Amino acid sequence: MALSENNSEGRPIRAPLFHRFGPTVKVILGTLTSIIVTLLGLLLVTFVIGRIMPIDPVLSIVGERASQANYDAVYLQLGLDKPLLVQFLYYLWDVIHLDFGTSLLNARPVAEDIARVFPATLELATIGIFFGIVLGVPLGVLAAVNQGKWIDQIARVVALIGYSMPIFWLGLIGLLIFYGILGWVGGPGRVGIFYVDVVPSVTGMILVDSIIDGNWAVFKDAFSHIILPASLLGYYSLAYISRMTRSFMLEQLSAEYVTTARVKGMSEWNVVWKHAFKNIRVQLITVIALSYAGLLEGSVLTEIIFSWPGIGSYITTALLSADMNAVMGGTVVVGLIFILLNIFSDLLYKIFDPRAK
Amino acid sequence: MNVFNRLLTGVAIGAAVSMSSLAAYAETPANMLVIANRIDDIITIDPAESFEFAGSDVSRNIYNRLVYLDPLDLDAGYKPGLAESWTVSEDGKSITFTMKEGNTFESGNPVTAEDAAFSLQRAVILNKTPSFILTQFGFTPENVAETIKADGNTLTITTDKKYATSFILNCLTATIGAVVDKKTVMANEVDGDMGNTWLKTNSAGSGPYKLDSWKPNDSVTLSLNPNYSGEKPTMERVIVRHVTESASQRLLLERGDIDIARNLNPEDISGATAAGGIKVEDELKGQLMYLALNGKHPVLSKPEVRQAFKYLVDYAGMQDSFLKGQYTTHQNFLPATYLGASKENPFSLNIEKAKELLAEAGVEGLEIEAGVREAQERIEIAQTMQNTLAQVGIKLNITVGTAKQILGRYRSRELDMYVGIWGPDYPDPQTNAGTFAYNPDNSDEANATGLLAWRTAWDVSDEMNAKVEAAVTEGDRDKRIQMYQEIQQEFRETSPFIVMFQRIEQSAMRDNVMNFSTGQAVSSAAYWQVTK
Repeated sequence: MALSENNSEGRPIRAPLFHRFGPTVKVILGTLTSIIVTLLGLLLVTFVIGRIMPIDPVLSIVGERASQANYDAVYLQLGLDKPLLVQFLYYLWDVIHLDFGTSLLNARPVAEDIARVFPATLELATIGIFFGIVLGVPLGVLAAVNQGKWIDQIARVVALIGYSMPIFWLGLIGLLIFYGILGWVGGPGRVGIFYVDVVPSVTGMILVDSIIDGNWAVFKDAFSHIILPASLLGYYSLAYISRMTRSFMLEQLSAEYVTTARVKGMSEWNVVWKHAFKNIRVQLITVIALSYAGLLEGSVLTEIIFSWPGIGSYITTALLSADMNAVMGGTVVVGLIFILLNIFSDLLYKIFDPRAK
Repeated sequence: MNVFNRLLTGVAIGAAVSMSSLAAYAETPANMLVIANRIDDIITIDPAESFEFAGSDVSRNIYNRLVYLDPLDLDAGYKPGLAESWTVSEDGKSITFTMKEGNTFESGNPVTAEDAAFSLQRAVILNKTPSFILTQFGFTPENVAETIKADGNTLTITTDKKYATSFILNCLTATIGAVVDKKTVMANEVDGDMGNTWLKTNSAGSGPYKLDSWKPNDSVTLSLNPNYSGEKPTMERVIVRHVTESASQRLLLERGDIDIARNLNPEDISGATAAGGIKVEDELKGQLMYLALNGKHPVLSKPEVRQAFKYLVDYAGMQDSFLKGQYTTHQNFLPATYLGASKENPFSLNIEKAKELLAEAGVEGLEIEAGVREAQERIEIAQTMQNTLAQVGIKLNITVGTAKQILGRYRSRELDMYVGIWGPDYPDPQTNAGTFAYNPDNSDEANATGLLAWRTAWDVSDEMNAKVEAAVTEGDRDKRIQMYQEIQQEFRETSPFIVMFQRIEQSAMRDNVMNFSTGQAVSSAAYWQVTK
């Protein structure tokens, strides 16, 4: 559609504002609506599950030996006597104001808690997904190109181990070998005891904060602590990413355009990487985004084994303690991450796939 | 982690360790104590509110009290702390403490009787969970200005009636008896909260340490209180790291990155001790594992049936198998190490004796339900009971559920049998006597859910109620001990409670760590006396 036309004086007439930016506005509005509806749905489901679960937030606060009067007082204080819908509306109102309430247990603002634990997970997941991509994608491509050969078998075994080994077991064995026996990496925790609270927290990510502070000793120590759990998470991503890459590539390599390219005498490198791989990028983005979102959600067992104070263990601890404000706050953040990664994937589609523009 | 996972991990780690030795271990600095512990139960550091294990550990090292328990001599009971002496009025209702000169808070402010009065008044006025430890003496927000009063260098507390002095002083050794710095706390008051919000994450004490930081589910860091008036502790810095997994704690300990691991499971305890350079110290803690038989049940309320059940528990079998190293047999409501505790454990598994007693009661084809909260050891106890009860023809149906499901029914007196754990609230025998053996009104309307005897629907005799009341007011310590032993003897024979086990805490530590104490059943962990 033409955006402008000439008037009688020959000057171009600018199209009405809506026509010029209409499609963009429509996309933005659509996206926003989708975010809001998804978040609302998420909040509602989490809230309802939180209320019908057989756990008692009052008992968590007052303790099992409290008198009935104390129990009733806290019950009223938490607003649990009000109808579910009213409770939900109150909660919604607070969330709209970015107030997730205070933790029922430690009485700290949940938002503050999440701001403390999420950077730990973000740091771990980002390094983990980096390993997953850097090793998983080439491995998947190589496996596809060498289908049925030894390299494909190795890739299959690597993926199989990644899929089937319990993460707590692999984590503990990794800890035993690389920390306990070889002493190559740091033990559980984000930094060694000498570096606790040494650099000021700016982003909450110790690697980044130590760079900002210019403290390389802390950086080195923090890196030695993160490398093992991040590699472990990366390995699990690698298993998934490499299998999916292999599958996507096999589909492309059997396509006619690849045969044509080979017939024309194009080098195998160009066939694989410039043609076939180019066409799986969009699918890969989805796979990687989902993997990354999964890691950002927090790997509870990894966090427990490595004493990593991340969002996974935060939500789990809160759930086991019936701290529903914390559970719902954490769930909303995780939901938001999925939504944002979806939007980011959509943007990347548009860059890599001209048809999506 | 479930049993299978634990087993798998234990086997894997055991095999790997047996094939290789750990890398040369590092050492923590000589003036620093590093502990791995589960500290996710800390919800506040404010001593007027803190009522959890890990939180009490922190408070004990930050705050001094009027009287205190010496971690190196816990058997001696309370000793003068911030108060150098005390006198009791003739009517036994008032105790006047004389403050010791020369104590200072971390802020540099001197510790005064006014601070001590403020701290106790504050705990009553704030009315947080542990406040009952003080309010049971008749203190109320309305009367504390009169009943807890500072005058120059003395502090006088006046109770609503005469109580045993040892009862009051034992209660003052609890976390809630901590003395806070009035000036500092009130300078941080927000909306009349008496500094509660600020003290949740900050310290204002006169103890050996001050709080550097508390990061929930991560770590607690303490450093020396520069104004501490006592002997300077050898450990100038204490770091308690939150490490939930037993195997991770063990690796940290074996590598020398921590000095003490407080939550090793039995497999890791035996593995760690075999590694060399590590020792394990056992301390009896306050938690008791018990069964409660509902007094409303027409059969379970019969005295012979109660007796029979006491012979149907495989105490030794459980203690030596799945509870090994974690619990020891104990059949009295006062934990060992408590004033008046009894070492009598007259019952053991005796199927024939139980059959005789059940026959006497005319029991046939009994089927009952046991409520169990979803904790591995409790479920295993219920299953063991199921087995022994089956041998006398009683069918036990086990219902496993969350605290809300099971505890709710126990509090409503609906369960036939409950498998429970009880920990004392403060280091005085009244804490358990007043809940296990005291129930002045057994009617449903009384709704005394705070009393275990009421929850179990045990119509405690007037004589026993009177004995418990009398023991609380008895001024003579030795006589008081005698009274509690008599109450426990009767309790063992007649009550519907089957107290089975007392918890043992096993702390694994590097063998150069000396004098560490978890506080046994009566107190919390202390760090200031530790040396390396």
